Amino acid sequence: MYVAVKGGERAIENAHAWLAEERRGDTDVAELSLAQIREQLSLAVNRVMAEGSLFDPDLAALAIKQSRGDLIEAIFLIRAYRTTLPRFGYTQPVETGAMACDRRISATFKDAPGGQVLGPTFDYTHRLLDFKLAAEGEVPAAPAAEPRQDPTPHITGFLQDEDIIEREPVSDAVPGDLTREPMAFPADRAVRLQSLTRGDEGFILGMAYSTQRGYARNHAFVGELRIGSVPVEMEIPELGFAIEIGEVELTECETVNQFKGSKTVPPQFTRGYGLVFGQSERKSIAMALVDRALRWEELGEDNLGAPAQDEEFVLSHADNIQATGFLEHIKLPHYVDFQSELELVRKLRREAAELAETLAAREAAE
Amino acid sequence: MNTTISAEDRKGWMSLLAPADEARLTELWQGYGANPVCEFLRAPEAGGVMVRGRMGGSGAPFNLGEMTVTRCALSLEDGTVGHGYVQGRSMAKAEIAAKIDALMQTAEAEALRAAVLVPLAAERQAQKDARAAKAAATKVEFFTMVRGED
Repeated sequence: MYVAVKGGERAIENAHAWLAEERRGDTDVAELSLAQIREQLSLAVNRVMAEGSLFDPDLAALAIKQSRGDLIEAIFLIRAYRTTLPRFGYTQPVETGAMACDRRISATFKDAPGGQVLGPTFDYTHRLLDFKLAAEGEVPAAPAAEPRQDPTPHITGFLQDEDIIEREPVSDAVPGDLTREPMAFPADRAVRLQSLTRGDEGFILGMAYSTQRGYARNHAFVGELRIGSVPVEMEIPELGFAIEIGEVELTECETVNQFKGSKTVPPQFTRGYGLVFGQSERKSIAMALVDRALRWEELGEDNLGAPAQDEEFVLSHADNIQATGFLEHIKLPHYVDFQSELELVRKLRREAAELAETLAAREAAE
Repeated sequence: MNTTISAEDRKGWMSLLAPADEARLTELWQGYGANPVCEFLRAPEAGGVMVRGRMGGSGAPFNLGEMTVTRCALSLEDGTVGHGYVQGRSMAKAEIAAKIDALMQTAEAEALRAAVLVPLAAERQAQKDARAAKAAATKVEFFTMVRGED
């Protein structure tokens, strides 16, 4: 248990002053601007927005600067900030089918209508350090081609037309919101998805990987992965109609998974879903795999006792701010607690020593 | 106040103003040169909205995460009310958006449209086209190879 302590104000102030100085680093080196972080460390910005659960690239860049690049600390700052914002409302669900795609690939259909569009990807790079980046220099403009004007339909739509994949039940049910109601178990899929999309990338990745290695294997194909911008519409009460209130960049992953069928359902493919703020490809694939693993019960599958099937385990440990808060609090003063433990251990040792002495004396007497 | 304005028209310009780059919007607004006398009905206020997605892209909704939005409402001297709902945390941008929304309901509409909305829309389209053109240049054709063991 943490017990409040007093004192140390001067030391704390000085520690924070030193933190500010260390954050700045060598003053002979130019200071980073928020725009530089936003533009040149954009995937870090995306991660902070996704796990901070607040889409605002400038704020995420500020948080990264303030946290000296510690992304979990930056996410913490964003989470703390977002609690100060009044909630104006809920948007209409974004139409990812109407996304302006920077990237769109399918691992299941070579000739996907709308095409395989690689976008600005790390895929097919050789993962060799590029020492040219160590020197400053202009980047040549990326080649352009005739832009497509047609929409890019979801791949799962084609499978659905053939009735060979489960249909997503269409509904406008109001989803639970874990920023308003604490999570309770069993959690429905809406709350699970909200928890996964803001969950720690490393944790979700590890959970997803465990399913691939055989802990509740669900053999996922990436039916489609798309990255791009979508407009966000919200009904404005004082106007009585919906307007676009902005635009967000999203990564969406739809997996196509095996399913043997059941007494009532013929064999068909099933689905896992990942949707994450920003260009967050690894996270959205991982989210889709974990989403699919957590759906075992509604799909009538067996509980194999795998960690990724245990929603209480997954959802209770996915949030890196809850986790780091509890983990790191043990470094704060626990003097009172520890004093009592110390007293207890000393007492036990004293009693053990006394007992040993008594026994030795008895033995000697006999 | 012009009563022939449709919700569709108003949605059009408000949707254009919401994601606009603040510096560019400010430049165009100042270039237009109007500074109407206004009274705030709601002073600019930054807040968050919860963005929703759909399971599988087409199913039931779920809460994805929040985004920052700044809103403001004001009235012109003739009583015309303008609303600003813009992405981000800029009070100034929300105020400009609300003023434009109000003036677009007055006789100034056509001049304002030409000075601010038309260039804003053209630049937004050009940016979208530029990204789409770069994406198009990365379109691939994969060929499956015959496997040796088959």
